[in-house]
Amino acid sequence: MSLLTLEALTLMIGAAPILRGVTLGLGPGEILGLVGESGSGKSMTALAVMGLLPQGARTLGRIWLEGQDVLALTERQMCALRGNQIGMIFQEPMTALNPLMTIGDQVAETLMVHRKMPRAEARQIARDKLDRVGLTAPRFPLSLYPHELSGGQRQRVAIAMAIALQPRVLIADEPTTALDVTTQAEVLDLLRDLARTEDMALILITHDLAVVAGMADRVAVMRRGEIVETGLTETLFRAPQHPYTAQLLAASTHRPEAAARPTFAPGREYLSQEENPAASSWQKYSDPDGALLRVAGAVRTYRLARPRPFAPHPALRAVDDVSFTIAPGESLGLVGESGCGKSTLTRAILGLDPLQEGTIRLGAHLVGPGMPQAARADVQVVFQDPYGSFNPRQRVETLVAEPFHLTGLPADWRDRVAAALVEVGLAPEDGAKFIHEFSGGQRQRIAIARALIIRPKLIVLDEAVSALDVRVRAQVLDLLAALQASHDLAYLFISHDLSVVRNVTTRCLVMQAGRIVEQGPTEALFTAPGHPYTAQLLAAAPQIPPAWMEDRAHASPLV
Amino acid sequence: MKPSLALGAVLSAAALAAAVLSLIWMPYDITQLAIAQKLQPPSLAHWAGTDHFGRDIASMLMAGARTSLAVALVAVGIGVGVGVPLGLSAAALRGSWLDEVMMRGNDLIFAFPSLVIAILITAVFGPSATNAIIAIGIFNIPVFARVARAGALSLWTLDYIRAAQVAGKGRARISAEHILPNIANLLIVQGTIQFSLGILAEAGLSYVGLGAQPPTASWGRMLAEAQTMVTLAPHVALAPGLAIVVTVLGLNLLGDGLRDALDPRLRGRVA
Amino acid sequence: MGRYILRRLITLAASLLLASLVIFALIEVTPGDPASFMLGLNAAPETVAALRDQLGLNDPLPLRYLHWVAGMVQGDFGLSYTYKVPVADLVADRLKISLPLALIALALSSALALPAGVWAASRRGRAGDALVMGATQLGIAVPNFWFAMLLVLVFAIKWRLFPAGGFPGWSDPLAALRALTLPAIALALPQAAILARVLRSALIETLGQDYIRTARAKGLSRRAALTRHALRNALIPVLTILGMQFSFLLAGAIIIENVFYIPGLGRLIFQAITQRDLIVVESVVMILVFAVIAVTFLTDLAYALVDPRLRRHA
Repeated sequence: MSLLTLEALTLMIGAAPILRGVTLGLGPGEILGLVGESGSGKSMTALAVMGLLPQGARTLGRIWLEGQDVLALTERQMCALRGNQIGMIFQEPMTALNPLMTIGDQVAETLMVHRKMPRAEARQIARDKLDRVGLTAPRFPLSLYPHELSGGQRQRVAIAMAIALQPRVLIADEPTTALDVTTQAEVLDLLRDLARTEDMALILITHDLAVVAGMADRVAVMRRGEIVETGLTETLFRAPQHPYTAQLLAASTHRPEAAARPTFAPGREYLSQEENPAASSWQKYSDPDGALLRVAGAVRTYRLARPRPFAPHPALRAVDDVSFTIAPGESLGLVGESGCGKSTLTRAILGLDPLQEGTIRLGAHLVGPGMPQAARADVQVVFQDPYGSFNPRQRVETLVAEPFHLTGLPADWRDRVAAALVEVGLAPEDGAKFIHEFSGGQRQRIAIARALIIRPKLIVLDEAVSALDVRVRAQVLDLLAALQASHDLAYLFISHDLSVVRNVTTRCLVMQAGRIVEQGPTEALFTAPGHPYTAQLLAAAPQIPPAWMEDRAHASPLV
Repeated sequence: MKPSLALGAVLSAAALAAAVLSLIWMPYDITQLAIAQKLQPPSLAHWAGTDHFGRDIASMLMAGARTSLAVALVAVGIGVGVGVPLGLSAAALRGSWLDEVMMRGNDLIFAFPSLVIAILITAVFGPSATNAIIAIGIFNIPVFARVARAGALSLWTLDYIRAAQVAGKGRARISAEHILPNIANLLIVQGTIQFSLGILAEAGLSYVGLGAQPPTASWGRMLAEAQTMVTLAPHVALAPGLAIVVTVLGLNLLGDGLRDALDPRLRGRVA
Repeated sequence: MGRYILRRLITLAASLLLASLVIFALIEVTPGDPASFMLGLNAAPETVAALRDQLGLNDPLPLRYLHWVAGMVQGDFGLSYTYKVPVADLVADRLKISLPLALIALALSSALALPAGVWAASRRGRAGDALVMGATQLGIAVPNFWFAMLLVLVFAIKWRLFPAGGFPGWSDPLAALRALTLPAIALALPQAAILARVLRSALIETLGQDYIRTARAKGLSRRAALTRHALRNALIPVLTILGMQFSFLLAGAIIIENVFYIPGLGRLIFQAITQRDLIVVESVVMILVFAVIAVTFLTDLAYALVDPRLRRHA
C-alpha cells in the first residue's frame, strides 16, 4: 500500500494554474526523484503536501498520507503532522537556520513542539540526531551557532531537524543545488543512507537528472504543472516514453558539435586596422609561442582582519602562483569549488584588479587596471546571472553597444548591434526592448551579443550557462560553439559543472585553494586524473551511467 | 493604483495647489488688519474663520502652505544636491579614506541633536526662512548620502557593473550612467519622507519664533499665536494644525505608495 | 566579545573628541560677546574687558579648548553667564525633570508600539493591519506641539484632569507625575507610531526568511514561528530606533517643554541660546551628544547580546 498518494492534485494561484492533475504515489522506504525544469511545479507539489502553500493558493484533488486526507486537515492538525509525519529540507542551507539560535536548540525544538518534552531530554535526542547526520560530539557541540558551520554542515543540521522524530516521509527540495560537488556527494550519501536504514520514504526534488540517476528508485518527470512520465529509474533513463523526457536526457548530456574551425570565416569582415589600432600591434608583437593570453606566476592576496588588535593583517593568497596560456581559438576550461580563487583570477584576467606578483599578458599588452582601452577590447566576458547582468533601465541596443566605449562608437553602431543580435539568434527589433521582456536564455544570448560586438579574441564565460535549464543550456552551448568556429574565438570556460566543461572544452585547468593543481587535455584529464583532488572531484560529480544512454545515442533531436 | 497612494497624491497635490494659487489669488488680503472682524468662527465669508487681528485664516493657510513647501523643498534640494554626490562617490570608492571619512562624518552628524543645532543656527544667524532652510537642509545631507551610498553599494556588486568595467568605463561614468538611474526610486521615496519631515521641522521652528518672520505667513507661527486664545476660539488653533497634518500625511502616503509602486520586487508580486 | 567592545569604545572616544571640536568651533563663530550680554547694554567698556579677562575669553583658542575639555572631564562645565551658577548644577537640576520625562515617554511609546507592531505584522494585509498602519500614519503626521495643545485643551482646560503647564517640583511626587503626564503623552504618541511601523516592517521582513519556513516545516504554528523565531531577529532595527528615540526625547522635548512651561533641559538650552549664554549652550550640547553616543554604544552592546555573529566574529 502506498504511504503518500497525490490524486489529481490541481493548484491555482489567482487565475494561474500551477499544478494540473498531479497524480503520484510513494511507497514506504522508497526514494522518488521528482525532476523538471524551473517553473515546472516541483516545489509547489512539495509545499502542497506540507500545507505551506503561499496565501491565495487554492487546491483541488486529494493528498493521502497514511489514510488521512491532508488537504482536509485544519491548520492545527497540519502543525501536528509537519515535522512529525513529514519532514522537509530546502535548497538554501545558508539561510535555512535561525542565525540567533544554537543548532542544538533548533533540533531540540522539533521534539519539544511535538512531544512536549523537557528541554534537557530533547537536547539529549538532538545530540543523537546530530551524531547521526555526521556532526559528531566533541567537534560539533550543541552550543554552535549556524554561522560557525559551512553550507554542507548547515544542511546536515537541517536534515537532523527534519528527521528528529523519524517521519515516514522526507521531502528534500533541491537539497544540494547550493553546495559544492564534493559536499553534494556527501549529503546525497547521507540522505540515501537515512532512507535505507530508517525506513523513511524520500522525495528528492531536483533539476539535475544525474543526481536522480544515482539516487532514486523511481522517477517522475514534471513539465508545466503536470507529471509527463513516471517509471523505474533505469527503465526511464534507458527508454523514455515521453518526448519531453527524451529531450531532457539528451540536453543534459549534450555535447555541441565541434564544427571544423575555418581559418577564414567567409562573409564576415573583421575590424580593419583603422578601426582597431590594437590589431596592428597585435600582429607585430604577438606572443612568441603564439599564445593569446599568458598568465605567468600570478599572485593575488587579500588582507584579512587582524586576529588581535595591532597584530599584523594576515594575508589570504586567493590566487597563488598561477601560470597557464590560452591559444587563439582554443576552449580552455577552469574548474574548482567555491572559494578556490576562480573569481579572483577572472577579475585579474579581465584587467579589473592588479596582481601582487606575476604577469598576465594579452598579446603584446600587460593586463591590469591601467591597461590601454584599445587593448581591453580583445577580452570580453559573459556572466552567470542572466538577471543581474543588465542595467534594467537601458534598452537592449544601448546595453549591447556598451563595449564600443573601448573602441569609440562607430557611425553604424545600430546596424552592428542588429547584426550581433541576429548572430545570437534574436531579431534586430529586439534592440528597442528592455531586458525584462526576455527570458533567462534570451538574456544570456544578449550577453553574448554584448561580448561579441567589438570582435574580441577571447571571451571569458564565467559560469555562463550555470543558471540555465538543461534544454536552454544545450542551445546556448551550441550557439557558443558555432560562434567560436565562425569568429575564431578563444573561450575561457569557468564552471563548477564538470560535465559541461568536459563536453565543451579541449583543455582544462583544475583549481584548488588558489593553485592550479592539474592541467591537461580535457578528455585525458577526465578519464585518467593525475592529481588526487581531480580524482576526488570526478568521483563526487553525479553522472548518468553511460550504459543507460547508449541505446539512444544520437537518437533524439534537440528541441 | 492603491487607494492610499491615490489619497496621498490628492492631499499632496491639494497642498501644492493651495501654495501655487496663493501666489496669484487669495480670498482676502492678509496684510490688512480688521480688528472688528476678529476671532470669528468659520462662516460662508470666512471658511476657516478669522484670527485675533481679523485676518482670514483660510487665506493665511494658503500663504503658509507656500512658506512650508518652499522651505521643505529647498531643504530637500540641499540634501539631494550635496548628499547624493557624496554617497555615490563613497560607494564608488568603497573602503577608501573618502568613504571612511564620509561614513564617520555621517555618524557624527547623526549624533548631534538636530533640533538643538537648528535652533542654534537660526538663533545665531537671526531667525528667518532662509536660515531655517539651511538648518533643516544641513541635516538632510547625511540622510541622502547614506541612502545613496547604501543603494549604490548593493548595485556595485551586480554583474552589469562588472560588464561596464570590462567595457572600460570609469567609476564616475558608471555612477552616473548605471548607478544613479537605478537608485532614483530610493531617492524619490526618501525625498518625500524628508519633505514631510522638513514641513514638521519648519512648523516647529516657526512655533518657537525662529522660522519665517512676519509678515511672511507660517503655520507654525499661527499656532504659536493661537495658543494664548485657544480657549476663546479653538478654531484658530485647529486650522493650522490640520493643515500640517493633512500635508504631512499626504506626503507620507505618497512616499509609501511610491515605494511599493516603484519597488520592482513588489511590482512582480502584485502583477 | 572583548574585541568588539574595545573597538566600540575606541569609536566612542574618537566621536566624542571630534564632537567637542565641532561644538567648540560652532560656538566660536557665534557672534555676540558673552561679557557684554552679561553686563547689559550700559556697562562701561573697562568692566566688560575685566569680565572678559576673568572668564578667560582673551586666552588663545587652543588653550580655551583644552581648558573647556579638561574641565568637563573633571565634571566642571564652567559658570553660566546669566545665572551665575555652575553649569553642572543647572544641568543636574534640569535633568531631574527631563530624564524622568524622557523615560516615561519612552516606556509609554514602547508599551503602545510593540504590541501594535506585532499585532499588525501577524495580520499582514488584513483589516487589523490596515487599522494600525492608518493610525501610525496619522501619528507621524501630527506635530507633537500641536497635539500637546489639543491635549491641554481637552484634558486640562475642559476636563481639568491634569495641569495645563508648569512643574511643581518633586517634593510632591504625585503632583509632579501629573504635571508630566500630558507632556509625556504628547512626546510618546508620534514616537510610538514610528516604532510600531519599524517593528512591523522588520517582522514582515524576517517572516519572509527561509528559517521561518524551516520552522513551519518542523511543525511550529504561525504564531509560534513569529514569537520564537521572527521576533528576536526583528529586534535589531527596533533597538536602533529605541536608542535614537531616547536621545531625541532627551533634547527634542524643547518645543514640548515650551508648550507646557516645564523647566527641563530643552527649555534651558532654548533660553541659553536666546540669551547668548554660550557656555551653557556649549556644555549642554556636548552633554547631549555624549548621551547620544553613549546610547549608541549601549545599543551596539545590545546587538552583541542578541546576535551571536557579532559576539564571536567582530
